Amino acid sequence: MSGGDILSVDHLTMRFGGIVAVNDLSFAAGRGEITALIGPNGAGKTTVFNCVTGFYKPTSGAIRLTPANGTAIQLERLNDFRIARQAKVARTFQNIRLFPGMTALENLMVAQHNALMRASGLTFLGLIGAPSWRSAEKHAIDQAKLWLDRIGLLDRADDAAGNLPYGDQRRLEIARAMCTGPVLLCLDEPAAGLNARESAGLSELLLSIRADYGTSILLIEHDMSVVMEISDRIVVMDYGVKIAEGAPREVRDDPKVIAAYLGADEEEAIAVMESGT
Amino acid sequence: MTASAPERTSTSRATGAAFIFKKALISALVALVLFSLMIGIRTEAGPTGQLIYWTRFGDLASMVAIVFGGSIVVELLRQWWGAAGTTIRVIPPPVQTTLAVAGRLVAPALLIFALLVPVIFYHQRYILDLGILVLTYVMLGWGLNIVVGLAGLLDLGYVAFYSVGAYSYALLSTNFDLSFWVCLPLAGILAAFWGVLLGFPVLRLRGDYLAIVTLAFGEIIRLVIINWQSLTGGPNGISGIPRPTFFGIPLTASDNGLAAKLGIPFSPTHRIVFLFYLILALALLTNWVTIRLRRLPIGRAWEALREDEVACRALGINTTTTKLTAFATGAMFGGFAGAFFATRQGFISPESFTFQESALVLAIVVLGGMGSQLGVALAALAMIGGFELFRGLEQFRMLVFGLAMVLLMIWRPRGLIGHRAPTVFLKQSQAISSDLVKEGHG
Repeated sequence: MSGGDILSVDHLTMRFGGIVAVNDLSFAAGRGEITALIGPNGAGKTTVFNCVTGFYKPTSGAIRLTPANGTAIQLERLNDFRIARQAKVARTFQNIRLFPGMTALENLMVAQHNALMRASGLTFLGLIGAPSWRSAEKHAIDQAKLWLDRIGLLDRADDAAGNLPYGDQRRLEIARAMCTGPVLLCLDEPAAGLNARESAGLSELLLSIRADYGTSILLIEHDMSVVMEISDRIVVMDYGVKIAEGAPREVRDDPKVIAAYLGADEEEAIAVMESGT
Repeated sequence: MTASAPERTSTSRATGAAFIFKKALISALVALVLFSLMIGIRTEAGPTGQLIYWTRFGDLASMVAIVFGGSIVVELLRQWWGAAGTTIRVIPPPVQTTLAVAGRLVAPALLIFALLVPVIFYHQRYILDLGILVLTYVMLGWGLNIVVGLAGLLDLGYVAFYSVGAYSYALLSTNFDLSFWVCLPLAGILAAFWGVLLGFPVLRLRGDYLAIVTLAFGEIIRLVIINWQSLTGGPNGISGIPRPTFFGIPLTASDNGLAAKLGIPFSPTHRIVFLFYLILALALLTNWVTIRLRRLPIGRAWEALREDEVACRALGINTTTTKLTAFATGAMFGGFAGAFFATRQGFISPESFTFQESALVLAIVVLGGMGSQLGVALAALAMIGGFELFRGLEQFRMLVFGLAMVLLMIWRPRGLIGHRAPTVFLKQSQAISSDLVKEGHG
């Protein structure tokens, strides 16, 4: 919305031994936009995610995050938790990673750890129950309530996260990521396992997050109805390389994308590969 | 709905009875096969070397009957207490509610009882000593609970911090004449320091590997203490460790002792009672701090770490410092307990800090239910007190003890109190089933 790219990935390469999971990938995610990263299984999408969020150290290449009012941060130089803390990049996981033995509310409280840690005077003020800590805690609970309300789980705030239905867990994970106050939200297949109605609800949630918080979203998704509906830009990957990029409409009609998804004749595939790389 | 409810209960009760009967029958059958030769027939060498034997079918029958009856009792208790995985519940709802109410009263009742122990048992030195011992282990259990129960880091070398605390107090007080109240925080700080030192190399390790390294660390500390003779006195230990004072007033028969100042006749029991309340206060401090910490971001981060370390890092939590603070906090309370141990005994040697102590404290935490404060206290009471209770059984003591532990693990695979209480709630605090709570993996 404010223009420019929030995230730019330049010549990213990630090798695991002899396997090149991501090969010389460059793309950008616009500020305040929803960018989708799609491609067949094994295309290297999650690897890109793990590089962006610091869970992998890229073999080569640069990942630059440019917040609205700050200097660019080179993400490839930071650790995973520093990326979340300093660069304000939050993520969810393909296989949900909530804290199953903690309540929905507690999950959202843990997400506000760094802010609360400061407010509790590195625990010491909190231990003696200082008023500043009490108000900070109350604020954090209010923040968590706000998000629980948003995802329709306010009634189940005190239930263990592991006891929630699958769709609720997906939304809770997004809410938890949002409770860290991110500038870039990375969602790894948020619609996986959701039914059509839940998918529609998810699209709505993501659009409202962007509208209300201006959070840029980078998402991996297989559910094309979600991708086509909400993304501003789509990056298509196959075998670790980018094969197409553009608005949903352009990408949908791209022969290379169709070939990657539906398969193609051998000659056609060779032609696609040659023109793609 | 309401009409069908009792019906359903009665059918489930019927299946329950059949199920229990079947299980008991199988157990009895197994016992019959096992014991028919072990007990049923007795052989001995006769006077001329020939084999003589006679049958003891009466004993065999009673043994099988015991197994049959015991199996029914075990199964009933198991269903009443509701172990994980049992779907059939015989226990009627009113009894369940009564049990729940009683369960809520256990902790305050225990606390009041603990406060009254020196009053009730003033003339029974043995009980007071046992109480001090139990409370020491309660405190150690609570300290280790932070590391194992909350942060999910399996620590097999907890005794290292106990010994660091004990030796810190012993050395500081004998060499520099520092009082107990000065040494106590110092012992805690030194133990916490060693906790951090241990924490650093093991940060990358998980699960079994972490356990092995912590085990080794406990042994290293003990071996260093044995071999650094010039400082620690080696295997001879340190003797003549000053007794604690009542904030500077010694608890002795001398003219400036507490008894003389209060104008009451001196009794050696005063010191025991004082030690009792001292360890009770220290244990309660541990408990209070742990309960407070659980509700603070650091405590939640520990539990989140136990639940899912990767998710923690994705949320910007520095898992390194989180683990280190868990180690340091746990170690600090171990250090406090160690300082208390040194001042109570007046003599310490490396023999008091063997792996067995670590194992005992860990067993208390596991039996109590990882993360549960009340469970750990009950387990310490059962383990230490129960062990004394069986003293009369002499050589069978270990056997009974082992059996009790096996039975407990059958009924309560996740410890006495396996469920987790949330640290914050909006409407109602609901206990979280142990099935959902992770044990942590380093």
